[in-house]
Amino acid sequence: MSLPILTLIVFVPLLGSLLIMFVPREKDKAIKQIALVATLVSAALVAYLWTQFRYGVAGMQFTERASWIPSLGVQYLMGIDGISLSLLILTGLLTVLAALASWNINHRSKEYFALFLLLTTGMYGVFVALDYVLFYVFWELVLVPMFFLIGIWGGPRREYAAMKFFIYTLTGSVLMLVGILAIYFQSGLGTFDMLALAQHHYPVTWQWWIFLLLFLGFAVKVPVFPFHTWLPDAHVEAPTAISVLLAGVLLKMGTYAFFRIALPTLPDAARAWAPIFAVLGLINIVYGALVAMAQQDLKKMVAYSSINHMGYVMLGLAAAMAAGPGNALAAKLAITGAAYQMFAHGLSSGMLFLMVGVVYDRTHTRDMNKLSGLYLTFPVWATFMAFGAFASLGLPGLSGFVAEFFVLLGAFPIFKVFVILATAGLVFTAAFYLMMMRRVLMGQKKPEYDKMPDANPRELTTLVPLTIMIIIFGVAPSILVNMMNPALVQLVAKLGGM
Amino acid sequence: MMLPYAWLIAALPLLASLAVMFFGRRFKNGGDFIGIAAIAVSFVLSLLVFGQLAGGAEPYRFTFTWLNLGGVQVQNGIAVDNLTAIMLVVVTLVSMLVQIYSRGYMHGDVRYTRYYATLSFFTFSMLTLVLADNLLLLYIGWELVGLSSYLLIGHWFENPGPRYASMKAFITTRIGDVGLFIGIIILYLTTGAFGFPEVAAGVAAGKISGTLLTIAAILVFSGAVGKSAQFPLHVWLPDAMEGPTPVSALIHAATMVAAGVYLVARSYGIFAGSPTALGVVAWIGTITAVIAALIATLASDLKKVLAYSTISQLGYMMVGLGVGGYTAGVFHLTTHAFFKALLFLGSGSVIHALHTQEMHEMGGLVKKMPVTAWTFIIGTAALAGIPPFAGFWSKDEILLSAYHYNPIIFGLTVFVAFLTAYYMTRAVILTFFGKPRDHHKYEHAHESPANMTGPLVVLAILAVVAGFPGSPLMGNWFGKFIHFGEFEAEAAVPSVMAMAIGAALLGILVGYVIYGTRLVDRRKAIAATKPVYTFLKHKMYFDELYAYTVIGGTQVLATIAGWVDKNVVDGIVNAVGWLGAQIGNISGWFDLTAVDGAVNGVAAVVSGAGRRLRKWQTGYVQSYALTFFATVIIGVIIYELIGG
Repeated sequence: MSLPILTLIVFVPLLGSLLIMFVPREKDKAIKQIALVATLVSAALVAYLWTQFRYGVAGMQFTERASWIPSLGVQYLMGIDGISLSLLILTGLLTVLAALASWNINHRSKEYFALFLLLTTGMYGVFVALDYVLFYVFWELVLVPMFFLIGIWGGPRREYAAMKFFIYTLTGSVLMLVGILAIYFQSGLGTFDMLALAQHHYPVTWQWWIFLLLFLGFAVKVPVFPFHTWLPDAHVEAPTAISVLLAGVLLKMGTYAFFRIALPTLPDAARAWAPIFAVLGLINIVYGALVAMAQQDLKKMVAYSSINHMGYVMLGLAAAMAAGPGNALAAKLAITGAAYQMFAHGLSSGMLFLMVGVVYDRTHTRDMNKLSGLYLTFPVWATFMAFGAFASLGLPGLSGFVAEFFVLLGAFPIFKVFVILATAGLVFTAAFYLMMMRRVLMGQKKPEYDKMPDANPRELTTLVPLTIMIIIFGVAPSILVNMMNPALVQLVAKLGGM
Repeated sequence: MMLPYAWLIAALPLLASLAVMFFGRRFKNGGDFIGIAAIAVSFVLSLLVFGQLAGGAEPYRFTFTWLNLGGVQVQNGIAVDNLTAIMLVVVTLVSMLVQIYSRGYMHGDVRYTRYYATLSFFTFSMLTLVLADNLLLLYIGWELVGLSSYLLIGHWFENPGPRYASMKAFITTRIGDVGLFIGIIILYLTTGAFGFPEVAAGVAAGKISGTLLTIAAILVFSGAVGKSAQFPLHVWLPDAMEGPTPVSALIHAATMVAAGVYLVARSYGIFAGSPTALGVVAWIGTITAVIAALIATLASDLKKVLAYSTISQLGYMMVGLGVGGYTAGVFHLTTHAFFKALLFLGSGSVIHALHTQEMHEMGGLVKKMPVTAWTFIIGTAALAGIPPFAGFWSKDEILLSAYHYNPIIFGLTVFVAFLTAYYMTRAVILTFFGKPRDHHKYEHAHESPANMTGPLVVLAILAVVAGFPGSPLMGNWFGKFIHFGEFEAEAAVPSVMAMAIGAALLGILVGYVIYGTRLVDRRKAIAATKPVYTFLKHKMYFDELYAYTVIGGTQVLATIAGWVDKNVVDGIVNAVGWLGAQIGNISGWFDLTAVDGAVNGVAAVVSGAGRRLRKWQTGYVQSYALTFFATVIIGVIIYELIGG
């Protein structure tokens, strides 16, 4: 490996961010162009990475290793497998679309885009870091720009939402850090290398407690019930593009950390934790859908649907954690579904948040009681909205269905009752989306919105790629499954399934 | 060989749908000809496929590895066998006729192009469902027809009726689909495959048996209960009549609602292993047939009569399959598709002329609309089971199978035959005969244009002849073509045939006496049967029951969940934050001046912590280093405590 491609992917946005700081704030257009180009370059590099990725290989690829703080065993260590690559693809796509969706930001755009690119660096970094210290740095790097992006460019209650997000996730990451350090000291290996530390065997009881710390750290991010209430507030206040990244990428950091850290490093604890995961996953699915049904605010409803969807990831993980040697097939199906759901939810939630942003820009309301007949007012927008809703409610032929199907299929032999209860979530999810469409899209149009323009070319540019990908990954899941499969099989083996 | 190209039959309507959606508006007629041309080609291809199989060609199957999960492979593919071939012909033929008919019926509609695009998309989905060689692909097609149905029921979404009906249809069927979903999961986990032949082989080999097999079969059937509007999930279909009438003919009479029957037939290898499950199918079918026929006798809306009739006849098909009359069930599906599509399109012709669906505003139309009236009467004769019309032959076969199975089911199905003849006679007399009851409407009535009457005539011919292939007149050809296991011709039982004809004639007679003569005073009859009348008039209160239980219950649950989330879960979070701020306040760390009451406690957190954070902003790198350092220390302590 001559070209440090992962480093480039991660730090090109940072470079863009630094560049923006040197551009006078009046040059609004230039700032936006720099941001778009920076995200595009990283995304193009991810696409190139995809072409170079070797399928059928379980280990890390494109590894970059350099000594950083030798005295503590901290390294600059990066690498990817199929799981991380799928999330890099998602990040690449959504950051470009979010940059486009930020085009109408005019208030302090210089700071906005500088922070936006900093956030992008952090997100990429989390998915490629293989050293705990490096991982933690990126993890926290995401937090800070996010805080400002919500707190400065957000809605009326932005300060409350930003603080809540910050304190909540900071508390979580401190607990995570404690867990990481405990692993570091317990192993006695003198390295922060994730893979090396995952090879070590830890005492079973000890594992349980460390898993708890990591769980709390990651669960806040996912978010897992009952640590989820920061999410609707953050979403409602956040600007559109930031909501897209929050739901599409940031939530996956939490579940990704389970895949990358908690499960392979603490496999014995994972087994013990599986029932708790399953229960919480089920609560996310059913309770999330029910709370979504109770919302009047369109964006809050979509936010709660994220909680519902991330429940499938939890349930799929739970099944893989509990499976054991006898249920290797079920474990593979379930964990494939869980990993697939991370990607699929990134697409559908990204799309829905973009949609909500478009309509809010025009009507200045998200109250479903005040919106009606949008099929007539904004026919193009409304068609995409309906598509996004069906994608999100798991219509077969679209990406979300593949994920939900494999999660429930794989989890069924292990958590029969939970899976049967979770299918109630399928009905509830359909119900709240259809109720939304009945109220917002159907019906008589409102005269006050009559003269407003439908989705413009820039907005369509953000929606069309997502639409196409939701269909492609719904029809041909092997594209993604083949990429992730070796890494997932290895993880299942690590968890005790042969 | 045509069979390897069978996928084109489904692909063409999909392409047409996309073409109409994106380019339809550029053409004069909204691109409707694209859809019609594509479906016409599909129909010809279907005939060729059918011809080859009828000529003795081997069934065709194409599979490929859809997913490879490291040792686990998921296959996907299509299959064309005799059952598929029949369905292909039925679906493409009715689709084609409905698309032609719609040119007249939907002329000048505000969303003409969208209508045609969705219609083609429906046909694509339905053909996918029919061509699927496995449960997974079938399920995909299954949900996509549901989507098309939803979009078309809600075609006139400005009005409250379609808005609620479309949602009701989707959610009600999804409840059944969840059962199907779990059924598929159980079958896959036990037999290791989604493919119909593989699953059936797994059942035959005993990989799944006993109670679990019965449960799996009943779960699969629950999908059929939703889609084919069987009791207790039948409530969505009458409301679905809010959609345009050609849609009712195609989706809610001839094809999609028959998908449930097709599903049971297609997975008959699973049901065959569980007599209990087949019994459930037979009984649900019987109950549905009786309930719906009873409600149909009092419906005043012409389309509602036909909707309840469809539910009832779908129940009939289920009875056929449940009592072991595999051929009979599929045969009735085929003949019913033609004559019920005919009846719906006929009712559409009437609605097009009168702009009302209420039969008490009709009457005497036979003079104004002779083609519509006489084709409708042919359809009625077929539905009522009058020999030699199509419905007679297929209904007779079902009754014959029921006769050998269970006397109660047999008796009830004969009763339904009577009711069917009765309510259809009533509908025909109220619509086409007697004196016009709304003169203004009657004066403006006219026969429909040729693109509407043409399909009526074609379907009327089929309503006459479609029964012959399954009759002794053609040596039970249908039974030889479509059968489960070895073909065995069932000996006709003259008494059964006599009872079937007798019930039908009696139904017509009673209908005629009540509605065609003045022998019975209907007001007195209603008064005499008030409780029964009210019960049936309110559709046996199913909607009210569900509104107060399932729907109301879910809404209450959602409201509670929303309240708990806001006040309890988030309340605790805010309380913790508030407490933190208070402690900070007491310590004198913060200068909180705006604290008044519990609500402002939240504000306290925000402003208090915000201030602290602003301090962090000035040098968050240092603060981070500090946090990091602090946590290292905590980590070491924890390590000392538990790691030892």
